[in-house]
Amino acid sequence: MSSITVSMTVNGKPVSAAVEPRTLLVQFLRENLGLTGTHVGCDTSQCGACVVHVDGKSMKSCTMLAAQAEGASVTTIEGLASNGNLHPMQEAFRNNHGLQCGFCTPGMVMSAVDLLNQNPDPDDHQIREWLEGNICRCTGYHNIVKSIKEAATTMRGGS
Amino acid sequence: MVDNGIGASVRRKEDLRFLTGKGRYTDDINRPRQTYAYILRSPHAHARIASIDTSAARNAPGVVAVYTGQDMAADSVGSIPCGWQIHNKDGSPMKEPFHPAMVTDRARYVGDQVAVVIAETLDQAKDAAELIEVDYQELPAVVSTPRATAEGAPLVHDDAPGNVCYDWELGDKAAVEEAFGKAHHITRIDLVNNRLIPNAMEPRAYIGEYDDSTDQYTLYTTSQNPHVIRLLMGAFVLNIPEHKLRVVAPDVGGGFGSKIYHYAEEAIVTWAAKKVNRPIKWTAERSEAFMSDAHGRDHVSHAELAMDENGKFLGLRVHTLANMGAYLSTFATSVPTYLSATLLAGVYTTPAIYSEVKAIFTNTVPVDAYRGAGRPETTYLLERLVDKAALEMNIDRVEIRRRNFIQPDQFPYQTPVALQYDSGDYEATLKEALQRADWDGFEARRAEAKQRGKLRGIGISTYLEACGIAPSNVAGALGARAGLYEAAQVRVEPTGSVTVYTGTHSHGQGHETTFCQLISEKLGVTHENINIVHGDTDKVLFGMGTYGSRSLAVGGEAIMKAVDKVIDKGKKIAAHLLEAAESDIEFKDGNFVVTGTDKSKSFGEVALTAYVPHNYPLETLEPGLIESAYYDPKNFTFPGGCHICEVEIDPDTGVTDVVNFVAVDDVGRVINPMIVEGQIHGGVAQGIGQALLEGCVYDEQTGQLLTGSYVDYNMPRANNMPDFQVDHHVTLCTHNSMGVKGCGEVGAIGSPPAVINAVLDALRPLGVEDISMPATPNKVWAAIQAARTARAA
Repeated sequence: MSSITVSMTVNGKPVSAAVEPRTLLVQFLRENLGLTGTHVGCDTSQCGACVVHVDGKSMKSCTMLAAQAEGASVTTIEGLASNGNLHPMQEAFRNNHGLQCGFCTPGMVMSAVDLLNQNPDPDDHQIREWLEGNICRCTGYHNIVKSIKEAATTMRGGS
Repeated sequence: MVDNGIGASVRRKEDLRFLTGKGRYTDDINRPRQTYAYILRSPHAHARIASIDTSAARNAPGVVAVYTGQDMAADSVGSIPCGWQIHNKDGSPMKEPFHPAMVTDRARYVGDQVAVVIAETLDQAKDAAELIEVDYQELPAVVSTPRATAEGAPLVHDDAPGNVCYDWELGDKAAVEEAFGKAHHITRIDLVNNRLIPNAMEPRAYIGEYDDSTDQYTLYTTSQNPHVIRLLMGAFVLNIPEHKLRVVAPDVGGGFGSKIYHYAEEAIVTWAAKKVNRPIKWTAERSEAFMSDAHGRDHVSHAELAMDENGKFLGLRVHTLANMGAYLSTFATSVPTYLSATLLAGVYTTPAIYSEVKAIFTNTVPVDAYRGAGRPETTYLLERLVDKAALEMNIDRVEIRRRNFIQPDQFPYQTPVALQYDSGDYEATLKEALQRADWDGFEARRAEAKQRGKLRGIGISTYLEACGIAPSNVAGALGARAGLYEAAQVRVEPTGSVTVYTGTHSHGQGHETTFCQLISEKLGVTHENINIVHGDTDKVLFGMGTYGSRSLAVGGEAIMKAVDKVIDKGKKIAAHLLEAAESDIEFKDGNFVVTGTDKSKSFGEVALTAYVPHNYPLETLEPGLIESAYYDPKNFTFPGGCHICEVEIDPDTGVTDVVNFVAVDDVGRVINPMIVEGQIHGGVAQGIGQALLEGCVYDEQTGQLLTGSYVDYNMPRANNMPDFQVDHHVTLCTHNSMGVKGCGEVGAIGSPPAVINAVLDALRPLGVEDISMPATPNKVWAAIQAARTARAA
């Protein structure tokens, strides 16, 4: 099959590769770039383990072609911490036991960061509704909701 | 006690890598010269395979090889084994049909493996698989156990008449008949424990590798128990001796039982890796997982409870049909028998119990243990039955439970179904749960909800389970083909840091933290100086793995035994250094001290001396400070407790909201409360999922899996779940050193009947008397309509 060249910025670094046109963004991240923090948990775009940020908004990277991200700025879980410091969302998940097996976690964290970008002070109901597209089998969501609330408080500058 | 020792909610060590995308799951691993496998699966539930033509596929771009079941048969590949042999009532063994990794002449469920394509890329393998021509001759299929046992039903295996795998019994039938003869009242119930699909978020994935220079195989696998896979696959399927087979289970993204078993694809990639002499990776797609991961539950039961005039239970008899699926998965046969019927006393003093179980083959995916494994089925049966009995006897449902509780002074308590409980306090967990749920204030909340047009109900479940699996001699006497001890090695390094090798496996449970707490508490070593290693047969001495809530009660005990040996040896070394008698040395707060003096040697000094033995009793003591231990439990452990669920139902839509859920559990001593609560949250979510959302559906005629993706199978989402109220009441396990019981499964065991009892409590005023799991909006709405129609008539 013929290949195409895709170029984008991933975690602040410009990247470029020749891929088959059918290559999904998640495949490009995992297989071409070796960024295996983004996971594939389903084949119907429901589980959300593959959520990354494309130009600042959360996207299921199994649902778009790498070619569709041409020229875009992509952030994955590997790019969330800065200068060795965990992002407040990562810190909050750790403080509140918001993860167990860790498989849904990267998508869950990336999705939650986008929620707070859009709504810095969500209530429980809004958090639970937002997470409709992220499935976790381990935690029962209780501690994920708690984590996101703590991160919201931290990021608003509260105690 | 140290800061981060037993009882502290220490943040998890493993979280840093998971939160930064540095977890290393099987599909994240790539090996040099790796190829990709795609497995062609049967689209038919039952079909004779007349021929398979792979020639076009073999010539497709990028294809390395194509194999079928005939190729495996030619290499004498063995049957995927079942690890537990059950005997029929007449003493004869169960039917155990050959379970091929790839079929040769007959496919027995949708998803059965037919061929494997190995190619340079996954897409090339998939493209080539479409070129395989299989001549299927469809046969009639059976999917439900009542139909599979009907007269003249199609046979899944020709040598299993009536599709019966075994017809088993437990208990004193005559004593039960006598109890029923003198009963004041008998309550009867028919229940279906709905079939579930486990759905760990990480799909199964395997990499098989072969080194022709050393004749060594390696399998990377999403397994809960790598040593068990090494034994099952090596000894029974591929005839590879243990010393030539390394099994690595790296980070694993959830298991819930479904990753205990030895699966066909593990054998396929390992076997084929030698044939193509290159590594082969296979990763399940989610839709493939739905049709190839072992499913759970699927019991159809009839139960009868005999009572005296005061509602005291006199006797219980249960008949169950248990679906095994098309073949016997690793622990399938033990689930409805020794993991289920043995729990029929529950928390009650029922003196006579008789259970019979027929295990049935059907044209469905094999069924095996899923979180709770047999104990959720029994708990659901008992707690639905007890609620119904209370109603029929006009006794308050809490009161009838209290009248029948085993009392704290009755332990050890011998049940009529083999088990002997060591400890528990069911009144304590009940009382605390009632308080936390404001049980007494419920009627006011019901009335308030009614004002809003909502039906509010409250339900209770007082349960018990048996875990910490299991005493090897007991398990062996009951048909287990393996020992169920656990192994550990504690390596004290020369500079005093500690590496622990455990035979258990962590796939979300947080062992790397909990086990650190044990070591830190006992040796006074800080968490930064402890490393917990698991999941590699080349590193860990041995192990039986993680399932049945056994990691702490069995695996943790093995670690503690090894630590004790380290301390014992350390005392000998310290005695020599301090010129004291060994009997005068005590180990406390990280130091070896001569009792009653200020003379001491630190743990680090003793460790260094063990490896630099210049001043050392070499004639009587070996250098080094590495100790191994095996621990075989003396009994099962018996966690228990009380779950209370409160729901609100919208009668116009049938939608049930769980508005409150209280779990007060006795899991024995708690090492890390944060982790224990997390385990209970997750278990309860799976229980609520079973009760309200999840159900595997096959088409009864065609055997097609109708719930084959997240579009069709209703996984619990965040907006289906309430905040949970979780608390503990501790009674210590009396037969292990830490007093621990186990917390991994209690949530999924105790919760489903609490939810359904709450739904029925909400609907009963309308005349609804029964509802089956999952109580979906459609089902609830239909039940309301039917009751209204019946009342109007």
